[in-house]
Amino acid sequence: MENGMHKRPIIPGIASAVIWGLGQLLNKQPVKALFFFFMQALLVLIEVLTGQYTDLSEGYTFRENGGFFIKGLWGMVTLGEVPRRMSILGLTDGDHSIVLLINGIIGLIFLLIFVSVYIWNIKDAFRTRKLINKTGIVPKTKDYIDELWSSMFEYIVLTPSIIMLVLICLMPILFGMVIAFTNYNGAHLPPAKLVDWVGFDNFINLFQLPIWSRTFMGVFGWTLAWAVLSTVTCFFGGLFQAVILNNKRVKGKKVWRTIFILPWAIPGMISLLVFKTLFNGQFGPVSQFLMDIGLTDQRISWFTDSSSPNLARAMIILINLWLGFPYFMALMSGIMTSLDKEIYEAAKMDGASPGQEFWKLTFPLVLSATAPLLIMSFAANFNNFGVIYFLTQGGPTNPHYQFAGYTDILITWIYKLTIDNKMYNMASVMSIIIFLVIGSISAWNFSRTNAFKDEEGA
Amino acid sequence: METVTELNKGTPQTGKKTSAYKVKNSIITILIYCQLLIVAAAVLFPIVWIVGASFGQSTGLANATPIPKDPTIMHYKKLIETTKFLDWYWNTFKIAVLNMIFSVFLSTSAAYIFSRFKFKGKKAGLMSILILQMFPSFMGMIAIYILFLNFGLLNNHWGLVIVYAAGQIPFNTWLIKGYLQSVPKSLDESAMIDGATKTQIFFKIILPLSKPILTFVALTQFMAPWMDFILPRLLISSNDKKTLAIGLFEFINGNTNNNFTMFAAGAILVAVPITLLYAFLQKYLISGITAGANKG
Repeated sequence: MENGMHKRPIIPGIASAVIWGLGQLLNKQPVKALFFFFMQALLVLIEVLTGQYTDLSEGYTFRENGGFFIKGLWGMVTLGEVPRRMSILGLTDGDHSIVLLINGIIGLIFLLIFVSVYIWNIKDAFRTRKLINKTGIVPKTKDYIDELWSSMFEYIVLTPSIIMLVLICLMPILFGMVIAFTNYNGAHLPPAKLVDWVGFDNFINLFQLPIWSRTFMGVFGWTLAWAVLSTVTCFFGGLFQAVILNNKRVKGKKVWRTIFILPWAIPGMISLLVFKTLFNGQFGPVSQFLMDIGLTDQRISWFTDSSSPNLARAMIILINLWLGFPYFMALMSGIMTSLDKEIYEAAKMDGASPGQEFWKLTFPLVLSATAPLLIMSFAANFNNFGVIYFLTQGGPTNPHYQFAGYTDILITWIYKLTIDNKMYNMASVMSIIIFLVIGSISAWNFSRTNAFKDEEGA
Repeated sequence: METVTELNKGTPQTGKKTSAYKVKNSIITILIYCQLLIVAAAVLFPIVWIVGASFGQSTGLANATPIPKDPTIMHYKKLIETTKFLDWYWNTFKIAVLNMIFSVFLSTSAAYIFSRFKFKGKKAGLMSILILQMFPSFMGMIAIYILFLNFGLLNNHWGLVIVYAAGQIPFNTWLIKGYLQSVPKSLDESAMIDGATKTQIFFKIILPLSKPILTFVALTQFMAPWMDFILPRLLISSNDKKTLAIGLFEFINGNTNNNFTMFAAGAILVAVPITLLYAFLQKYLISGITAGANKG
């Protein structure tokens, strides 16, 4: 055209791919060009300022000279090459594999952000030129910013949440997952030792080394049993109590309700610690009481008796029932009172007995209203750290298990592996397994609800 | 039941059955009250016992009784004078309030975007927060520890606040989004026609309308730090920066017998306000949970 702008849009595109913003400059949009060029400068500046690029007399190595991005990627791939050693001059500077790995993950995440800016920069150069060719007018950058603000409103509002999520949720989870593929444990503690990538060795060990596979199978089995039993007992306990409470014979419903709701309102950890002391093996008052009335002649070690692990397990489920039934009771009595009275009138007309009324009407209605909560409750119990850890700390001890007791569930076992035994790699393997179990259950649960169908209709 | 009895009275041929029915009826009534009493006793016993122990004369667990002979507040005095209990209380309260503010702000704004706008990557975003919330929070602990070590956030309450607030974004966003979708869009559309900006719509229309679900989110976020154990255990090391959960746990762990009454006093001081808060706001809590389950 008149100012020789009628070029194929691919040219500014390529220009921007070589130097960020160059294509925008060719498109006569200097402010935009400056922005993209600034982004590239920032990327290079971060790398140069965090690395050692001033002294390259000994040649360039990633370890010595690399900056935030290059050293990060190097660290992630190699996990360090030189451990810390004692030398005549004292401790040498070694590579800390784990710090390297985390820096690598952070570096990678930021690099991906820069890459998306880079792609945006190329696309923008290409599209703007296309638009200029079509209309013959160079769009003003200010208009672009205004348009951007209104079309980017969503992203801008989401940015703080996204940054928090990436740093506090995503990065740690990625780290937690990749640890499963390393030998990071008590025997390989940086900075004195280096950590290495070991591929699927930990997973293979979990299933092939007898001590690990036995512990895993035992703990996993009990975790499932616990999750099912605790959910079912609380669900039916709550249902039963709600039915009783809703009975017309009961006077003073509000008083009863307030009493029964207490275990739910009291902070769970406090209740659990109170129960732990009530059933304390040495001084606990329950054993004392049973001895006083002559039911037993010696103190019962409720939670610590290795010869009867099922006692501890039964106690946990019972105590959990105490904690958990009020929630379902409150929920269900709410649902029951809101049920349509007319169906009951109709049922009575047809001569339904109270039992039939309950099993054919109330129960299915309540069940369908609470089914998603039942599944959520199962998932929560699967990872119910508090009940197990505060009551038994996983005990009674099981000599055949690796770092676990009879009542340990996966999450408490992971806690012990991490905090007490420094078996970070195995703990990470276990976390991945928990994620697979909980993830598939939740995914199935969510797919049944309308959460995503709403999106289509919106 | 009443209607059934009336029906029976009305029909002469069942006249004989009525007296049998009455006996059966009263047996059922007695059984129901027995059940209620037993459950009430089971519910109340541990509570009465711990309250009694906190006011009792004895210091040990072995001698604690539900109803103390000479009630005393010496355990409360000892708790406040010899330990950092008040510091822990203040720390926990501070963290709880900050966590509540940040969580509500972050999740509501995100939920507003996800429920009201169409944009590129919306589905991918929703999917990824759904996946993020499925991971055991535990999984990233080591990484968070090392991250905070590098940024100097270890043994710092801000570190805890950040992790609590960020960790709950996925779940809360999902919850509020579900609620907002039930709020008619015509409201903000007509406001848009009247020339309101998106930010105005958010503050003037969306926020007031989502009060019930915000109460729920605010309350659960306020509660979380009171009894969370793993995170402060990992991130907080000095005694005066501890939260209540750690402090109380340490009373009972190990030297159970000697510190028991101090634990009892501390437990009461923590449990009473929280229990009252829960009891008063249970309507919101229950409806919030139901909403979360049904709308995903």
